[in-house]
Amino acid sequence: MTTTPTRVLADAAASAAPPSWWEQPWVRFTARRAVRLLVSVWVLVTASFAMIHLIPGDPVRGALGPTAPAALVEARRAALGLDDPLPVQYLHYLQGLVTGDLGTSLLSQLPVVDVVGQRLPATLALAVLAFLASVAVAVPLGTLLGVLTRRGHGRRTELVFTTSSIVVATIPDFLIGVALVYVFGVELGWLPVAGNASPEAYVLPVLSLAVGPAAILARIVRVEMVSVLEADYIRTARAKRLRARRIHLRHALPNALTSALTLGGLLLGSMVAGTVLVENVFAWPGLGSTIVSSILSKDYPVVQAIVLVYGLGVLLVNTAVDVALALLDPRSMIREG
Amino acid sequence: MARDDTRARRWRAVLLTPVGLTAAVLLVAVAALAVLGPVLWGTSADAVDTGDVLAGPSPEHWAGTDNLGRDILARTLVATRLSMVLAVCAIVVAVSAGILLGAAPYLLGGRAGRLVAAGVNVAVAFPGLLLALFFAVVFGVGATGAVLAVGLAGAPVFARLTQTLVAQVAGRDYVSAARVAGVGRVRILLRHVLPNIAEPLVVNATIGAGSALLAFAGLSFLGLGVQSPAYDWGRLLYDGIGALYVNPAAALAPGVAVLLAGLAFNLFGESVAKGFGVPVLVGTPQPRVRRESTAVAADVASASEGGDDEAAADVVLEVRDLEVAFVTAGGTVRPVREVSFDVRRGEAVGVVGESGSGKSLTALAVSRLVGEDGSVRARRLRFLGHDLAAADSPAQRRMLGTSLAMVFQDPMTSFNPTRRIGRQLAEVATEHQGLGRADALARAVDRLDAVRIPDAGRRVRQYPHEFSGGMRQRAMIGMGLMGTPALVVADEPTTALDVTVQKQVLELLADVRAADDVALLLISHDVTVVAEVCDRVLVMYAGRIVEDLPASGLATRAQHPYTRALVAAVPHMDTDLDRPLATIPGRPVDPAEVPAGCAYAARCPLATARCRAEDPPLEQAADGSRVACWHAGEPLPDPVVRPADELVEAP
Repeated sequence: MTTTPTRVLADAAASAAPPSWWEQPWVRFTARRAVRLLVSVWVLVTASFAMIHLIPGDPVRGALGPTAPAALVEARRAALGLDDPLPVQYLHYLQGLVTGDLGTSLLSQLPVVDVVGQRLPATLALAVLAFLASVAVAVPLGTLLGVLTRRGHGRRTELVFTTSSIVVATIPDFLIGVALVYVFGVELGWLPVAGNASPEAYVLPVLSLAVGPAAILARIVRVEMVSVLEADYIRTARAKRLRARRIHLRHALPNALTSALTLGGLLLGSMVAGTVLVENVFAWPGLGSTIVSSILSKDYPVVQAIVLVYGLGVLLVNTAVDVALALLDPRSMIREG
Repeated sequence: MARDDTRARRWRAVLLTPVGLTAAVLLVAVAALAVLGPVLWGTSADAVDTGDVLAGPSPEHWAGTDNLGRDILARTLVATRLSMVLAVCAIVVAVSAGILLGAAPYLLGGRAGRLVAAGVNVAVAFPGLLLALFFAVVFGVGATGAVLAVGLAGAPVFARLTQTLVAQVAGRDYVSAARVAGVGRVRILLRHVLPNIAEPLVVNATIGAGSALLAFAGLSFLGLGVQSPAYDWGRLLYDGIGALYVNPAAALAPGVAVLLAGLAFNLFGESVAKGFGVPVLVGTPQPRVRRESTAVAADVASASEGGDDEAAADVVLEVRDLEVAFVTAGGTVRPVREVSFDVRRGEAVGVVGESGSGKSLTALAVSRLVGEDGSVRARRLRFLGHDLAAADSPAQRRMLGTSLAMVFQDPMTSFNPTRRIGRQLAEVATEHQGLGRADALARAVDRLDAVRIPDAGRRVRQYPHEFSGGMRQRAMIGMGLMGTPALVVADEPTTALDVTVQKQVLELLADVRAADDVALLLISHDVTVVAEVCDRVLVMYAGRIVEDLPASGLATRAQHPYTRALVAAVPHMDTDLDRPLATIPGRPVDPAEVPAGCAYAARCPLATARCRAEDPPLEQAADGSRVACWHAGEPLPDPVVRPADELVEAP
């Protein structure tokens, strides 16, 4: 930043001519964000293409095993186009992506698109529910604790909360899953511990995925609340003699959330990946259990496609977070320029 | 030497916290187990007993046995070594790769450097587990592949960290000096930069080792990490969960082990980061032990309130013996003491003094805006006849919200950045005047118009960052005009503004006063501003009012040596530019260490033994002005020119 954005804006507003449309902050913001997304997608696509070529040895031979007849291996290699020169393969790969053709599973011979399409909804449901659950718990909890531990208040509460949230956040989701299975499945027998056949079956997987991020998010929200409550504009709000609840919820919380959101987005991204482990604890019929079994059986086209889907999910989440951030705090659009 | 001392003190501070100590003990225990585990329990861990497979906990096998009858507990303890070794290997890979990638932009420079930095930025966006899966596919299933996978997956985070740290250190003077001297980039990096960023890297590597341990357990749990017959905690967990219904301990034992070890690394790293990042400062305000609430103060106030000096009918603000106290580590500090004054309808009262004189705190205290860590007491604190020491009630909030307007020093930070200007003004009307949203917004437009903001109809929809500083300060005054203020409290309203804009804001305040007979309490360090705008001036020093006089008399009738020094420090058109500017020698008094006697004595040219022993009371003269000085009005000696380093310029 060479010049202060406020100055620039004030000057622009002071001069008679309204700024051209391409000078509007939100236009520039959208353009910049779109370029960043495209570059990231390109990197992701290229990496997923490169993956299969980085594997030492012949991936088809590896997948079919040492006993498979050479003719079959040759046929599969040809079918996958692995004998073409690399640039040609890359081009074919891109073409396939655009037309929705992700190749064929080496083992089941099913189109990979179908495999992914069948498995994606379960994973999506798990990730989204877990995210909503953690936000629903973390934001009110963090806000409340922020108010309780604002300057000059609740030192002991702060210590207890901070320590316990670090401890809870450290527990990996699959361990929480195992513990939940043990308590609610084995000992109490209250809830199903495998599959997603009934609504109750969602409880434990969603819980194991949501607990850690909720702890982290609540901690971030609290810290942000405490610092926002010290801000000059909160003093202004107090000078307006607004009710405490209005000051905390309308004036402080949105400002606390803008900073919390940046980290919350990373959290949501990591939850997308976290489904892999949780799905394997609960035999969840989603992408996570499929990618692991496919890695173990060396079904590389499926692995490639699922890595791509996960990656895209993360990128979309990150972009959505940036957009939400811009809507909540318009300054963030300029700040990054 | 001093550096070693600091380091030792910080380590002590880290280890003295309950969390830091627990984590350190846990870490040592895990390390000891990693060394001794295989030696002590290696044999029993591998002892196959086909007669006793998948047994539950028993006196011989505390955590039961696996499918070959081997002791789970022994295997868990033995697995410590492999789990730790793999985690440490992974973190070494992560940190090395991270340093290479993070330093690359600095070493390569130009386009290649930016390319690496951009690549790192893209990679950082992906969760570690996803990267780990990607690399696990590339490097193949197994311990070696998993070490590389977990390591490389952690690299982008360390690359980003290194990049930031290198950029910080590379900007420092000694690095620039080395570059000017022609030292190569590689040499600078190795000799000057890396040693300076080693500390944060090591701390983060400790936290990272915990994450690596957990990530590794995850990969092994998925069957992608350590393969049979070798076993780490993740592998034991993978085997154990299959037998969860038969012997839950088979899954729980390695699970607890992973958790404890992961926690040990994480908590230790976090404690060290906290201890080293935020050094313990002596004398920072601590949370109070006793809470002197304003409610208690109010009781005292009403109890001791006498019938003396009954207020005149036109008094807007009445303050008697105001005191603001903060409880700090060093004891109770009273930055405002024995402050008494009245503000009459339409009157403009200025409060001047150096920073730390308590003038701003006085403004906040009479407006009931002192933070909750400070306590406000007053024998009498009345605004428009309402007792402000009384507990907060809805009626009182409405009264203050509509009758008392505040203008703060920094218009840049005093508006909420996430709310439109119009909404911020309108909520005064919706909250206190029962207006609907549309009506309130219409009033906000009207008020912005009144404070001469052009195109107010469009401006209300804008955010504060779209306003210039002067415009924001006018909008802030407009916010105060949403109600029907009887008093405007303006705390250094022009300090943050350009000179030309200052004039506009002061004129606006004068207009507001004139239009509705509004009183003004103007806090400023600028004697010129106060003399121009105000009717009466209160001069504060070390938390007390030392003089109270008409603004017109500042130049001629000031009695207190401090007031006279303040006035003399203002340069005039006819100031002799060849002589040094008049200054007040010495430093303002620290509110935590107010000396006995007159607080100004140490800097006062008239000070005598009595001044140092006895604090002069604020005496009222026949003309209504007040002064607190044993030598009020006595002629001052000629200013002595002192060495420059002893001088503190008067504000």
